[in-house]
Amino acid sequence: MAVDTLLERINDYASRPDPYPLYAELREVGVARQTDGSYLVGGYYDIAALFHDPRLSSDRRNRAAEFAAPMPQQPSFIQLDDPEHHRLRGLATRPFGPPHSPGRVDAMRGEITGITDQLIASLQGRTRIDIVDDFAYPLPVTVICRLLGVPRDDEPVFHTWATTIIDSLDLTSGADHDERTRAADRAREEMGRYLVGLAEQRRGRPGDDMLSAFINAPKPAALTHDELAATAVLLLIAGHETTVNLITNGVLTLLRHPDQLDLLRREPALLPGAVEELLRYEPPVQLLPQRTPLTDLEVADTTIPKGVPVVLVLASGNRDPKRFRDPDRFDPTRPDNQHLGFGSGIHICYGAPLARIEAQIALGALIPRLGTATLVEDPPPYRHSPVLRGPRHLPIELSPSRG
Amino acid sequence: MPGDLREGRIVIVGASLAGLRAAETLREKGFTGTLTVVGDEPRPPYDRPPLSKQVLLGKAAANATELPTRWDPDAEWRLGVRATGLDPIGKRVLLADGESLPFDRLLIATGTRARPWPNPQEAALDGVFTLRTCDDAGRLADRLAAGPRRVLVIGAGFTGSEIASACRERGIEVTVAERGPAPLVGALGGTLSRLAAGMQRAHGVDLRCGVTVTALRGNGRFTGADLSDGSRIDADVCVVAMGAVRNVEWLADAGLAAGPQGVACDAGCRAFNMYGIVTDDVFVAGDVSRFPHPLFDYQMLSLEHWGNAVAQAEVAAHNMVSPGPLRRPHLAVPVFWSSQFGFNIKSVGVPTFSDQVVIAQGSLAARRLVAVYGYRGRITAAVTVNMAKWLEYYQRLIETAAPFPPGPGAADGHPLVTEFPIPSDVPDPKGLSHGPTVALTGHLPDRRLTVVRRAC
Repeated sequence: MAVDTLLERINDYASRPDPYPLYAELREVGVARQTDGSYLVGGYYDIAALFHDPRLSSDRRNRAAEFAAPMPQQPSFIQLDDPEHHRLRGLATRPFGPPHSPGRVDAMRGEITGITDQLIASLQGRTRIDIVDDFAYPLPVTVICRLLGVPRDDEPVFHTWATTIIDSLDLTSGADHDERTRAADRAREEMGRYLVGLAEQRRGRPGDDMLSAFINAPKPAALTHDELAATAVLLLIAGHETTVNLITNGVLTLLRHPDQLDLLRREPALLPGAVEELLRYEPPVQLLPQRTPLTDLEVADTTIPKGVPVVLVLASGNRDPKRFRDPDRFDPTRPDNQHLGFGSGIHICYGAPLARIEAQIALGALIPRLGTATLVEDPPPYRHSPVLRGPRHLPIELSPSRG
Repeated sequence: MPGDLREGRIVIVGASLAGLRAAETLREKGFTGTLTVVGDEPRPPYDRPPLSKQVLLGKAAANATELPTRWDPDAEWRLGVRATGLDPIGKRVLLADGESLPFDRLLIATGTRARPWPNPQEAALDGVFTLRTCDDAGRLADRLAAGPRRVLVIGAGFTGSEIASACRERGIEVTVAERGPAPLVGALGGTLSRLAAGMQRAHGVDLRCGVTVTALRGNGRFTGADLSDGSRIDADVCVVAMGAVRNVEWLADAGLAAGPQGVACDAGCRAFNMYGIVTDDVFVAGDVSRFPHPLFDYQMLSLEHWGNAVAQAEVAAHNMVSPGPLRRPHLAVPVFWSSQFGFNIKSVGVPTFSDQVVIAQGSLAARRLVAVYGYRGRITAAVTVNMAKWLEYYQRLIETAAPFPPGPGAADGHPLVTEFPIPSDVPDPKGLSHGPTVALTGHLPDRRLTVVRRAC
């Protein structure tokens, strides 16, 4: 088939369980212009170079007229370039990481372990569980709620908004897509109002949560209401719609590779490396659809014109045999594993340190209990989005004795 | 004895970063023979970058920077003993304790030491320091913790500037005296050195440029210094940060191309002898080496960079145990970083190998920028201030000899300043108090470099 339909085929829901042959097709050509005028980039070294290329914008307003896409009035920092991106991400980082809060994420280990243990205890005695609904989803949601200061009981409310927003992240165009985009905008607005409302309740009465820190920040470090809304929406969604895929993909991959599961059970010290390998092998964010060149760019002997949408297919770069030996093999002991799972450059994943800890603790707690587990369905049913790709459900059978 | 060496005897002289990384790499490459590492300091290899930063701030102990090992080098460590000579015919390294170590292959990684204050009596005053070793850092950190009234730093290169930064962060008054026109000018040229001067003054440094220190005063204890402009500084601590001296004296009779600028070697880290003939069994790595680099017209580079020590040691180790056709060149693009006054400065390429510079991203006003350096129309270096994440892009441009100035179109809304390059204004190192951490030892692009041995 022609490479100019790759995007359509990746977007096709039937490709969700195994998009990797499509990525291999992409790597054959390196860069592929699509029928809608966008360009896919699939080679590891090309993607890595573009992450550090100042001529590639993250701001959709730099697109040529025929590719114009609506932007929220206040974009979040992932949709912006420096210096605005730098300012907003810096303010968002103050209560989360270095230099102002260097120990914040690490200090959450105990809490994350506690939440994990509770979830595991609630599964006691069950022989059939859904890894997504019973474990991989509630864990990061509870963590991000505590971190941001969002009541856990409000989950049904914000989950509906989050789903609407995620479902708009596909790669199609047309009436159906425009409707999804409008619905996502409404959801984003409502979610923003909700989160700013929560923050306002803590003005002058701060807790140790991030919304408190944002609303009570001294003047030069303060976000405006619109900036606070955009930032909080981004963190709440990113904080719970990506880690769920990392944990679920982890369980799925390990059950498909019983020898590696066995190895990790015997040598838990290999777990951090195993999480990195998962981020390479089944990255929760498969591709980044919103970059735009500010000038004609030469990539893999192809000129990508100024103003067109450029899609960086991270999951393809992660399987590039020019960078990784035996790339389609899942190998938790893989040395030199500089994957693209968290991106790179100035937009490198903000929540990466938290995601790593969550996945390490979650899989570490599950692995001893997966010895006799079997997949009920393989492949499992997937979620709609090809961007944030992961199973919608992952039912597994556990032997009663191991519970 | 050219060719593959799996067994036999290898001696590494120098037990710091380059020596350790070479030892690890030798084992990684399958060397199973005897490996001996000689070091004149009594401690196992430690990391130096924190000594002028976290250690002086009191955030890390001076003896807590031991280097982690990636691979057990399974070496015999001869620590606390100095190498005093090399017999190239008998293939032996002579040690200060009278012993001699036979070798099949030798790696010279003796690095540098701090350039001492030229007047020994003044240098011996209590309160006068240099900073190179962890003992130096420990003593200086103790003195800073005691709360001196004022510290005088002589030399505004990277080490001097970092020391001044640590003093100000601790609330200590500090005077910096530099013979050149501005701090860091020897490494970064005129434009960024003016930014450096501005940030020092903004942080309360009493910065005196265009002056030399003519005498250190004190009666047993340092009390102050006289400057060439007739002024006098009262201070109770003095740090001499005038650059480094290469540890080559022990090679005086070895017949190698060793001198004040280091030991010359080829791109494969093999030492040259004094006739310019390459040796087969003596290799060089790290700060003590000087090697030709194709990106910089094959000039001999001497680099005092952490990254170069690691990369060159790995290449040297590989080549020490590999037969000729499998040997590799050391082609890494020079990279270094510094943190001072709240700024992260990172450099790739050789900024002094330039005739022009442009601000390609960010701005001087925003204190966040990428400066790109060019020589005769191609890009040869880039320096970032608080914008290090873009450096890889510019490294690629350097590696591919991309045209200078770089094309416009940076995503940070920067206007097309790239159309207006200005002279990079790199001074002759002779006129500086701080020794250059990058020395182009052939000729500077636009003038002959005549300094061979500094007056000291």
